[in-house]
Amino acid sequence: MDAAVTNPPAGNVEDIEIQLLLEALFLRYHYDFRHYARTSIRRRLRQARDQLGFPNFSAMQEEVLHDEDMLSRLLDYLTVQVSEMFRDPSYFLALREKVVPHLRTYPSLKIWIAGCSHGEEVHSFAILLHEEGLLDRTIIYASDINPAALEIARSGIYPLDRIATFSRNHQLAGGKSSLADYYTTAYDRAVFDKKLRAKVVFSDHSLVTDEVFTECQLVSCRNVMIYFDRPLQDRAVGLFRDSLTRRGFLGLGSKETLRFSEHADSFTDFVREEKIYQRTDA
Amino acid sequence: MTGAAPRAIVIGASAGAVQALSDILPRLPADYPVPILVVVHVPAAPSGLTRLFAAKCAVAVVEPDDKERIAPGTVYFAPPAYHLMVEREGTIALSTDEPVLFSRPSIDVLFESAAESFGPELLAVVLTGANEDGARGAALIEQAGGSVLVEDPASAYAATMPAAALARCADARALSLDSIADHLLGLGAA
Repeated sequence: MDAAVTNPPAGNVEDIEIQLLLEALFLRYHYDFRHYARTSIRRRLRQARDQLGFPNFSAMQEEVLHDEDMLSRLLDYLTVQVSEMFRDPSYFLALREKVVPHLRTYPSLKIWIAGCSHGEEVHSFAILLHEEGLLDRTIIYASDINPAALEIARSGIYPLDRIATFSRNHQLAGGKSSLADYYTTAYDRAVFDKKLRAKVVFSDHSLVTDEVFTECQLVSCRNVMIYFDRPLQDRAVGLFRDSLTRRGFLGLGSKETLRFSEHADSFTDFVREEKIYQRTDA
Repeated sequence: MTGAAPRAIVIGASAGAVQALSDILPRLPADYPVPILVVVHVPAAPSGLTRLFAAKCAVAVVEPDDKERIAPGTVYFAPPAYHLMVEREGTIALSTDEPVLFSRPSIDVLFESAAESFGPELLAVVLTGANEDGARGAALIEQAGGSVLVEDPASAYAATMPAAALARCADARALSLDSIADHLLGLGAA
């Protein structure tokens, strides 16, 4: 993909610095943020600059080029999304009631959770599939570009003070069990049962630079593409389309849409109000 | 400020927002020439604001999807639990980044992105509220050459937010809700 073409007002030093920094990250580490939505990446970079104590982005660029440890610190600012288990319970309720009946018809299932961050959604899917008797026949692919986030997802450990929200969401999502069945507490942390992750394959995969790696019946990618510009969204949706089986499902965040996508014709609304789409035969 | 219409109007409101906005938005005609982006602090539940104002207003009232292009004659309410921003090319950018000053949506986040996208071609309105969200963003708008109107703290339902904005913005004008509505209508009378 070509570098982002932007036309900053002449002489806007910060814009120039941001563009150079993103180029440096790509050239040095092959992390490509050049097509991230400008307003969001600017906010996140400024946060990183201020909290990591840099006077400006040029100083940050020098540091990150010469010190790999700075990359992982920067990645946390640029990629990490703290989510909740069963976030937007109505989404999971729609999956349970409308998508699961279709999934039941497959002898084996593959589900891809793209941009899984700390793994809250991975665990939510595992619990829902377990409740519906489908977990044993499912492989869940959970991908993210941030190795540190994948580590947390793999551990299945969350602060105990988040559990009340998780439990409430789980019940609103039509939970058929108690969330407490799936975790043990240790000090101020909840440790989720490793059986939930037995069928999960965690992988370092980039929607920006990597390709299709499997065929699956369902892709869930929520509130990841709001950080992309439109050409990059098109690339990601193209990957999802090419990964999905005929009539496979794609779930997006509640305020994301395929309306503006060049791949809009490849999908139809399945549960419109929950942004669950189905791949067409086209 | 001349009568030239800005590229966008941004509005922030918190405690008492529904009443204050009810004195302004329903007065705008369907063909109002400027897009309006609004952040109201609401609990992170499905927001009834859009429905409420859609029923009262001649302008279109929507809760936008990400990447939607802003258009005249339309009011865009920040979706609950998302930050609302706008890109230079006039498209909506949403984010689920952390709350700012305990708020998501955050008025400061909207104001800052609009200041950077529209510079002097921007009008900000700070209405009633019991916190200081919006003051920092309004100052940035003023620095970028945009204009700031503030609901008069003396008559506002909650004075803290308008007072904080006035304290940060040297050129901001404090007006009654009626005068703010008149000013907005004046922009449309080009």
